[in-house]
Amino acid sequence: MEQFVSNFGLLLEFPVVNLKIVLDGIMIGALFALAAYGLALVWGVMNVKNLAQGDFVIGGGYICWWLTQMGVPALIGVPVAFILMAGIGWIIYILIIRPILDRDLFTTLLATFGLAIIMAQLLNLLFGSDTQSVDLGYDTLYFVDGFIDVPIAKLLGVLMAGVLALGVILFMKFSRMGQAIRATAQDARAARVLGINTDKVYAFTWSLNAAICGAAGAIIVMVWVIQPFYGITHSVRAFVIVTAAGLGNLPGVIAAGLGIGVLEQYGAHIFGIGYQQAIAVILLLLVLIYRLSQQRRVRQSLR
Amino acid sequence: MRANLSVLGLVAGATMLLPGAASAACESITLGAAISLTGKYATNGIHTQNGYEFAIQKIKDAGGIKVDGKCYNFDVIYYDDESKGDRAATLAERLINQDKVQYMLGPYSSGMTKAIAPVTEKYKIPMIEAEGASRSLFNKGYKYLFAVLSTSEQYLASAIALAAEKAIASGKDPSSVKVAVAVENDPFSLDIRAGVLEDAKRFGMKAVIDEKLPRDLADMSAILTKVKLLKPDVLLVSGHSKGAATAVRQIDEQNVKVSMIGITHCEAADVTGKFGAAANDILCPTQWAETLTYEDPIFGTAENFNSEVKAKYDAYANRAVPYQLAQASAAIYVFKDAFERAGSLDKEAVRDAIAATDLKTFYGNVKFSDAGNNIAKPMVLRQIQDGKYNVVAPSDFASHQVNWPRG
Repeated sequence: MEQFVSNFGLLLEFPVVNLKIVLDGIMIGALFALAAYGLALVWGVMNVKNLAQGDFVIGGGYICWWLTQMGVPALIGVPVAFILMAGIGWIIYILIIRPILDRDLFTTLLATFGLAIIMAQLLNLLFGSDTQSVDLGYDTLYFVDGFIDVPIAKLLGVLMAGVLALGVILFMKFSRMGQAIRATAQDARAARVLGINTDKVYAFTWSLNAAICGAAGAIIVMVWVIQPFYGITHSVRAFVIVTAAGLGNLPGVIAAGLGIGVLEQYGAHIFGIGYQQAIAVILLLLVLIYRLSQQRRVRQSLR
Repeated sequence: MRANLSVLGLVAGATMLLPGAASAACESITLGAAISLTGKYATNGIHTQNGYEFAIQKIKDAGGIKVDGKCYNFDVIYYDDESKGDRAATLAERLINQDKVQYMLGPYSSGMTKAIAPVTEKYKIPMIEAEGASRSLFNKGYKYLFAVLSTSEQYLASAIALAAEKAIASGKDPSSVKVAVAVENDPFSLDIRAGVLEDAKRFGMKAVIDEKLPRDLADMSAILTKVKLLKPDVLLVSGHSKGAATAVRQIDEQNVKVSMIGITHCEAADVTGKFGAAANDILCPTQWAETLTYEDPIFGTAENFNSEVKAKYDAYANRAVPYQLAQASAAIYVFKDAFERAGSLDKEAVRDAIAATDLKTFYGNVKFSDAGNNIAKPMVLRQIQDGKYNVVAPSDFASHQVNWPRG
């Protein structure tokens, strides 16, 4: 308790810390938001709650890391991870997701959970369990007497995440496939009646999700570290963000992603880093309670 | 009679499992091991397995194990415990009950050893382990558990002594030294923390940061921000390989200046290979270093062991051979020595022979206390100097001066 108070005191004593925490949080949150958006997409369009979301992220990270080991510049790794993961995602869709699309919630959860385990172990067998990271070798910018540090690599990562998000938004709004995806999300049966090939839409949505995750992972390996078994941490955060933001609400997902990034940093600072992830989960709980009470008020929930 | 039966069982089991693996002239002694080949401890689990296999091959090449005039070689039945304690305990039961293993090798990490020890104890199966350093393993009164390594509270405690030494040299009182500790929430790292805090208390030092790292750590910037605010003189981090990688990366990124930084598992995480100059002047505790002057007839000098491992396994060609591998080899060597002195394959006789071990090895001297921990070998502190690991403490073994203050 005493430690919490003194940690809190530090925030007031050195106001600049707040700025640092917020910056760190935003840089981390931007990457969470990407994977979360992918999840919102498959959840909203296909009603599949993908527990392997984080493993797609780590998979993309390993693709990028492997390319750098082959001497390819790391930045090329981001588009390559995007494309390769789209391909892998498509294969996974054909083999695993399509046969269970019409099944109940439990089956899809079980299938994607199994997929998560298989992916983590495959990555472990292919690349070993060492913690890996790609050092871009860029400088770090320092502000306020070197107190605030912004590694250029991180800045670049956030920038790439932003470009990717923007690209996806534009794609969803203006392309034929994007419109078809949105139509399917609104009412799959009506979409079919109007001649939209929903199977193709599902396959595309799933691949797009894997691709977004892959690119996010490629960015993460450049600014953080990855390990074959880190998928679950990204999955948990993606679920928290989507639950908090709601489906089909891209600005909401981005805001929730950044918000969770910042809150986690604050939580880690005040309660100790051991509670960083607990903050995300507690937040999920609060959001769920709030949502439920809201729905009760308008009598949308069963008692 | 019982001993004879078990030998028969062992031989039969070994030949069934590994046809053709045993050399024609020698019979097999089967050891059992559940180690982490997948999961979060897999990096070090694989180092451990390599250590076992390297030693077994070396002993085979040197003519095997002579027990009562007969020649034997070791065979190991490995299972993957997936870095999960409950799985490790189940596999230990399986090794003993189904595979009829009479002697066990340890898993990787204190947590896994803690899970297995009650099982081996129940069936009175002697276990020599090389990777479980938690002192909580040695206060339970276990009779069949032996560890060749130094216990974990010693890992970073020497850094505290070194910090006190430096404080005095620069004309300050050791009690003015501020200590920051960040350790993972597992038995091994918590012991390290206990050892550090105990020593810090002895010098009257104050722990200004004392935090637990989460198990799946990818970000410790919150702690490092606090370090920048509170300006401790010593920063000590223990979080296995992933903790080391994260710490070195972020300490550099956030430009954290602390006079002395100590991190465990530097070698296992290959921080010099991954982060280059960012790892310089970091202190790394080690159970063993190839520059130490230990020697034995099977493996030769520590240096010789090092170069032979590098030649055999490509994975270590461009990096320091981790001590986790060396101590695994030492465990096999202790088993060999014990079998030969016991002159029998009876597990009780072997257990007593292990307890009486007084052996010089390339890894250091091995002599067990009644509790089963090795009391004949000190912990060593190395500093990364220009990408090389140089021994800087304790002074008896130091080949280089410590660079202080860092950065």
